[in-house]
This record gives sequence, C-alpha cells and structure tokens, in this order.
Amino acid sequence: MSVLAILEQRPGQDGKPAWNRMSFETLAAAQQIAGELGTEASAAVVGSGVSGLAGELAANQLAGVYAVEHELLGSYTPDGYVAAMRQLLDRAKPRIVLFPHSYQVRDFLPKLATALGRVAISDGVSHRIDGGQLVLARQLFQGKVNVDVRFAGDAPHFASLQAGAYRADRVVAGSAPVETFTPQLSAVGIRTKPLELFRESERGVDLTAAEIIVSVGRGIKEADNIPIVEKLAKALGAELAASRPICDAGWLPMERQVGSSGQTVAPKLYVAVGISGAIQHLVGMKGSRTVVAINKDPNAPIFEVADYGIVGDLFEVLPALTAAIEKAK
Amino acid sequence: MKIVVAIKQVPARDSQLRISGSGKWIEEGDLTYEINEPDAYALEAGLQLKEKHGGEVIALSAGPARASQTIREALAKGADRAIHIEEEMGALDPLAAGRLLAAAIQAESPDLVLTGLQSDDLGYGQTGVILAELLGLPHATIVMQVEAQGSGIRVKRELEDGWFQHVEMPLPALLTIQSGISKLRYATLMGIKKAKTKEVKRLTAADLGAEASSTSIVLERVYAPERTKHTQLFTGAPQEAAAQLVEKLRFEARVL
Repeated sequence: MSVLAILEQRPGQDGKPAWNRMSFETLAAAQQIAGELGTEASAAVVGSGVSGLAGELAANQLAGVYAVEHELLGSYTPDGYVAAMRQLLDRAKPRIVLFPHSYQVRDFLPKLATALGRVAISDGVSHRIDGGQLVLARQLFQGKVNVDVRFAGDAPHFASLQAGAYRADRVVAGSAPVETFTPQLSAVGIRTKPLELFRESERGVDLTAAEIIVSVGRGIKEADNIPIVEKLAKALGAELAASRPICDAGWLPMERQVGSSGQTVAPKLYVAVGISGAIQHLVGMKGSRTVVAINKDPNAPIFEVADYGIVGDLFEVLPALTAAIEKAK
Repeated sequence: MKIVVAIKQVPARDSQLRISGSGKWIEEGDLTYEINEPDAYALEAGLQLKEKHGGEVIALSAGPARASQTIREALAKGADRAIHIEEEMGALDPLAAGRLLAAAIQAESPDLVLTGLQSDDLGYGQTGVILAELLGLPHATIVMQVEAQGSGIRVKRELEDGWFQHVEMPLPALLTIQSGISKLRYATLMGIKKAKTKEVKRLTAADLGAEASSTSIVLERVYAPERTKHTQLFTGAPQEAAAQLVEKLRFEARVL
C-alpha cells in the first residue's frame, strides 16, 4: 500500500554524492500523498557511498529509508539504475513510486516502467485523491492545457513530479530506520559507458544575483530586434536574459538562458517579453517576486504566472514601456 | 549507418486550442499541424550522420492520414524512404504507441534509432526510452552531439544546470535528440520533387501484429489551467497600457 520516494543524488563539488534539491520536494509529496491515502511513506537513495545521505533521510517521518548501495552505481547509467531499482521494488513492494522529474529520471524512468509493463505519469504538477486512487494533474501542449491522469493498471504506479510543484520546506521531520540494500549487478549488464561531467565554460553572468531581469523569447522574431529589449533592460537597470530558443539561435549567449537547462532565478521583478511560457522556462523563473508578461497571445501560459500583463504587439509595447519608465525616473 | 528517425505530427505551436465537448481532448477540426519541433532536430541529426558516414535514413511516423504531410516533408528534406503507421494515436498511452513503433523498427534492424526528446502535444518525454527498452537497445537522452567511434558511438548529453557528459555505447542504440542543437535545413525544390518518387510503406496496427489500445493510464479530463496568480491585464493602446503598468510597478508592487 505504501508510497516510496526514490530520491536523486549526484556528485557534489568534493566528488562525493550530494542531493539534487528537487529530492526534498518529492519527499514532501510522498509524505503528503501517503497521509492522504492513509498509508506510510518510505524513501530510497541509490548510488555508491550514499550511507551519509540515507542517514540524513532517517531524520524524517518515514516508515523506512533504503540505502541502495553498489560500486557499479557510482556513476549513473540507465542499465545499472533500472536493474537496481527493479530489485528494490521487489523488496519494498510499494504501491506508488515517486521521483523528481529531473533529467536523470527522464533518462531511466520510462525504461523501468516499460520493463514492468507500466506507464509512468511524467511531470506531474499536482495531485488529488479520488475514491482512494491517486489522480495526477499534468500539462499538455507546452502548458496551454492541463489534464488529470489516472492509473488504470496494477501497482506499482510510477510518477515523476515537476520541479517546484511541491515544497521542500513541508517535509515533516521524525525518525526512520535505515536499511542498506545491495542489489545484484554485473558490469556486463551495463552497456553504456559514462565519462566525466564537464561544463562548456565558466559562467560569466550570474543572473541569480540580479534584482531585475528582462527576458526575451521567440516573439522577438529576429536577432536584429534584440536592441529594443536591451533598451528596456537599460531603462530598468536590469540584466538581459532569454528563453532557450534565443540562445540556441545564438542571438544571446547561452550564459543568459533562464530555464531548466539554464539558470534558475528569483529576482524582485521579472519581465518576460515575447515568451510563451513553456514549462522548461517557467521552472527557471516562477519564484520571481513580481512577474510582468508582454505577449500577443492572451492564452500564453506565461500569463498564468504573471502578476501584470500587457497583451499586445511587443514592437509597439516595448518602446512605449521604455519611455514610460524613463519618464517615471 | 542505417538510421530510423521517429517523427510525430503535432498541432502547430501557435495554435489556439479549444477543449472538445467530451472534455477528454481538444477540438482537432480547425487545427493546422506540423512536425514536432524536437523531432525535426532528430531528423536533422540523422541526415547529418548519413552525409558523414553514408547509409540510409528512414522516417517513421504513426498517426492518421494527415501525418502523410509531415512524412512528405521529411522525405523532401532528405530521408530516403518512410513508414507510416496509419492509426489514430491520440488516445494511446506512450507504451501502446511505443509498441506500434517498435514493431515497425524491429522489422528494419537499424543501427541507430533517433527521436526528439519530447513531443510538444502530450509532452510525456518517454517514447524514445520506451522504444529502447522494447527493442533491447542501449540509449541516451537529451543528446546534443553524436560521433561514430570504432564500432560504436560517443554522444554528448545535456544535464541540468549547464553540465554535460560524454557517454559511449555500442550500436545498435537509441538516442533522443535535444531541440535547437543545429540549424534545420529547408527542403529544396529538387528535394520536394524527388520526395514524390520515394517509397512510403503504409502499415496498420494489425499489419504489425500490435494492438492500438491503451490500458495503463487514462486521460480523465482536459481543462484550461487554473491561474495560480490573479493577473492584472492592461489591454489599452500601448502608451496607455505602459503607463498603467509603470504605475502599478511603482506604487502597488513597489519594485521600481
């Protein structure tokens, strides 16, 4: 009957396993869902040398903590992780298994679910319990439409949860026993060979320190139009940022990208210009204190997180806004 | 290198969507369709590998008759031939869809299978990895570069927060390709002309011995997202809207 949260670690700066901060959002969700279902939650961490992390988990209100430990789990591989998790599921027999919707989970969860003849509900944003069953809400069409999804087949039921969908500070403290679980793994069963992690270049721009950010998206249409956004940023004393397609096109450098593959920011003012608000962008900025959206499409998902919005042609709105800000100084 | 690229036709990005009367899906009648953007990059990656190493690119798409337009465009861009699994895919969960695609891929025994990292409509981001498991292939997701290396490949994966990783694996393998990693080619006039003579194999689920059914997860209700914030919208003339916004930012939000 229980809910199992499988949490994510990755090498930290000292090379030792460190938490992906999304893990605690998943842990909070597992406690909450287990409570609503009248069952108990447990948690697992998978890797090599994870006993310290498992010890940290033991200080939470959980029925148990599994430290899934094997030297072949030191570097992430889909083959190694899925083999280990299948054995863990045989041991723990959970009804619901929750994961953070991280890049790593996206890499192995569909494989794990398929191996067991299941379909995972990926990227859930909220849940409700209906007739004793878990129903997850997720987004379709780049966030323009939501859908409630229910599991139809037998347990275990797998789901991954979007970054920011649950609050890590809601994790309930307590104490839990730790069980070290050693799966049977063989090196020949691991077909991919992961090499060192690396960064392309040191980040020259730290957007996380900016108080005001003006961010530009596809609506700007071409590189030659970027200066009208720069003028607005200058008037506001803001850092200039962008959604992914703008950086992919080389119109602004990659280091100015906000979103799941770029920087996560929470300035006091975030002005989104011509950004529709695909979820990959929203996860990088929805913690901003005040959000302004300027977009021609009134149904653009960016307006869902905006405090203020102007629906209109950015090529007319931006010069007017820049002038109004300069006048107000 | 024999490469199968799985592509999906989805509603155009700027579509205005309306929920259908049943509340289970969207109104499809007045939509225009296009190739799923990440899949366009998967096709581009496949075509570039073929140009470098020789071989063949096969475009594979499952969808109703309208998907033939997207398939023709893939052929015009340079795919050598295509397979169209002609089924209504809307109601299928990703495993059921994966079973259809896997059956068609298995018959081709390719060296490499490519897909986009996710679809712009359902957005599960699962089809590629499901295919890898069904086909028994090693895989990597969110791939930015592919290089041949001996009898296998070496790929560059994107991780979170600006990190990357190289991963090596043997062939055959499956990769899901990140959007935006290269410049997409346009179909040339010659390409469009040639596409008309290229082979498109049309199959149904029954031909593949697979069932077009869905049982694992059920889409219960489709609805407009509830706003998490109350948005104050200014809809007047640009100067007027700009002045109202600045007023609010100064005296209500107090961020200026």
